[in-house]
Amino acid sequence: MELTRRDAVAALSALGLGGTLAGCVAPPGSEPVDVEGLRETLVAAAEVVYPSEVSGIEPFVAAFFEGRLADRDHVAGLEAAVAELDGNAGVWFDEEFAALSVADREQVLRNVGADEADEDPSGTASERVRYYVVNDLLLALYASPTGGELVGLENPQGHAGGIGSYQRGPNA
Amino acid sequence: MSWERPPAGSAAPAADTDADRTPVPDADVCVIGAGPAGGIVADRLAAAGREVVLLEAGPRFDPDDRLARQERAIRPAYDRPDVWDADPERDAYESSGERFYPLNHARARGIGGSTLHWQGMVMRLHEDDFASESVRGVGADWPIDYDDLRPYYAAAERELGVAGAADNPFAPPREQPHPMPAFPPSYSDSLFAAACDELEIAMHSVPNARNSEAYDDRSACVGYGTCQPVCPSGAKYDATVHVERAERRGTTVIDRAPVQRLVHGPDAIEAAVYATPDGQRHRQSADAFVIACGGVETPRLLLLSESSHYPDGLANSSGLVGRYFMDHLFAGTGGVLDEPTRQNHVGFLTSESHQFYDEADAEQAPFKLEFFNYDGPSPVGMALSSDGADWGDDLLAELRSAYGTHIGMGGLVEQLPREDSYVGLDHSTTDDHGNPVPDIHWTVGDRALETIERVNEIQEEILAELGTEITWQVGPEGTGPAYHHMGTTRMGSDPAESVVGPDLRTHDLENCWIASSSVFPTGGAMNPTLTIAALALKAADHVLEVA
Ligand SMILES: Cc1cc2nc3c(=O)[nH]c(=O)nc-3n(C[C@H](O)[C@H](O)[C@H](O)COP(=O)(O)OP(=O)(O)OC[C@H]3O[C@@H](n4cnc5c(N)ncnc54)[C@H](O)[C@@H]3O)c2cc1C
Ligand code: SF4
Repeated sequence: MELTRRDAVAALSALGLGGTLAGCVAPPGSEPVDVEGLRETLVAAAEVVYPSEVSGIEPFVAAFFEGRLADRDHVAGLEAAVAELDGNAGVWFDEEFAALSVADREQVLRNVGADEADEDPSGTASERVRYYVVNDLLLALYASPTGGELVGLENPQGHAGGIGSYQRGPNA
Repeated sequence: MSWERPPAGSAAPAADTDADRTPVPDADVCVIGAGPAGGIVADRLAAAGREVVLLEAGPRFDPDDRLARQERAIRPAYDRPDVWDADPERDAYESSGERFYPLNHARARGIGGSTLHWQGMVMRLHEDDFASESVRGVGADWPIDYDDLRPYYAAAERELGVAGAADNPFAPPREQPHPMPAFPPSYSDSLFAAACDELEIAMHSVPNARNSEAYDDRSACVGYGTCQPVCPSGAKYDATVHVERAERRGTTVIDRAPVQRLVHGPDAIEAAVYATPDGQRHRQSADAFVIACGGVETPRLLLLSESSHYPDGLANSSGLVGRYFMDHLFAGTGGVLDEPTRQNHVGFLTSESHQFYDEADAEQAPFKLEFFNYDGPSPVGMALSSDGADWGDDLLAELRSAYGTHIGMGGLVEQLPREDSYVGLDHSTTDDHGNPVPDIHWTVGDRALETIERVNEIQEEILAELGTEITWQVGPEGTGPAYHHMGTTRMGSDPAESVVGPDLRTHDLENCWIASSSVFPTGGAMNPTLTIAALALKAADHVLEVA
């Protein structure tokens, strides 16, 4: 199922991040942020955590990430989580996370414990990777209409999908 | 790109310690607490030209943060109280009763009060609820009846903006339609309808304080599905509506100003002493005071304001301040069908049954039945949990098998007022200002517990008729509160038996009124806030008679 611009806009507005998908903007703040690197890492992680029947991941994640850039603290948390992934990828595979095969990326996510951890923005490294990378991506997907439809719920929680769908039967 | 609505972590109350939080000179009325009760009273009095000051313990929340707060409602990293910035020190409490009472899940603090978090179902009490002792042989009669409150109910429905229909054959008489049409029934309501038809159980619409069409400059519901604990669109009523309107009419609203004590003589309150974030204390004088701090903090403030004249607490000559604490009990049953049930599209209910409500007597409590639109897991919430499959195709397969066929029912049951169920002070623990914390000593009683069993039986019958495989049940053992705090400053005509009179004024103090479900002598089994709003309008009228 293809993730569309509608999904990205829906995900952004659901999460309080506005509606337009204008060109990338670095967040306000003194420290320069490697926006390109963060985006690539998130897209690379999405290719692991999103189901295989989803397509159109790159523009969807890019648009979602653009919205997340608004908050300096969130970006700092993401930077640290990405550094964790790159560090582990470097030790085990001698590459940055985004450069690995999908299978190796999944292994790195497991190496850092993001599979078992509960999300926590101020917790251990595993909990932070789960929060800023894995769950941020899953939130974007499953609060979007396409993510909801994958499960059979075209108006998932967090998406302002109107008051028609709750009245409709499964075959409508 | 809109930068002013950041992600979950950054939603926070305004931290402006510089705002002017000094008292208002020459105030006519000081209202304490900015939930629906206080907001409505302040708005009414300001509209009548009074100089009003509204003191609120919690912060003013930024409406632009609501989507970020919604993210908190979905993400497992945040507990429910985190959504509206509950503060463990400010909100510390003790629960000493036979059942634990989770107070900070049962309220929100700040401009808007607990309606920031509420569900928004609003129904009138039934006529017999006002005469429980006379008609049912248990509980306490109210000193007013349904007809006294009826015009205030109609006004309250306009104030909150209620979407409803006249299809409830068990509801008390009404004079005019609800301000907005009811929300249409859900798909799962139609499944229930077939079973209820067979069993001759009538279903009808639910009155919702939620816009089914644009109303009062607020948008129609857009189906975010997170009503409880946050509606980002403003379609669900919350008391910021009234607080902001009161402000436009000249009320001075002071946030983060918890009232510490009410300074008084024998017959009247002189001033409310409140703290501000800069560590200062101020005295707000006024001709009249309205306490609207909810069913727990209202008795607490009175108990804290003890004096040589009122050694057991202010307005407490009866000794009943804090006594008769009541909540509604939840009873529920649910399971799975072998067909889709289309749950979790919206976060509110569209059908109920009040069919059994007026069967109530000394043994059986009044109760109502609710048909859920959000039974079973919400896929996005489940996806973020660390239990089960991690991600990718495995996670999707798990979500697909978990979501889709759940169906469930709830119900609310009345508990009787009992003296051994109370809100007191726990002197061994203090809050962030050094005040003893509230002690919730919640006792339920057999009538309510036995009625829960009856509710469960009816639920099982309906679900069996539907062909449900039952997977969960909340019965007398597992029951919990519906977060409706009632009874702790009860209304009555006899000053020895009650705290406020039928005019909502305290028997002891000539310039002090209480607007809250704390005045309910018996609670019924209807969600209380429409009645709170009606009583707030009535209290405002009584204040205007003298102030
Ligand atoms: C999860 C949830 C769901 C609910 N669903 C429903 C529903 O569907 N239908 C329904 O009818 N009701 C529902 N309720 C209950 C409803 O929210 C309350 O009945 C209603 O908000 C009570 O209004 P109030 O103004 O009396 O008190 P509150 O809304 O609690 O407001 C009291 C305010 O007073 C402030 N305050 C307290 N002490 C002081 C002090 N010393 N100084 C200054 N300020 C103070 C508090 O900070 C608070 O903001 C629900 C509640 C919860 C928590
Ligand atoms: S479903 Fe609930 S949260 Fe969503 S817009 Fe309607 S009232 Fe608000």
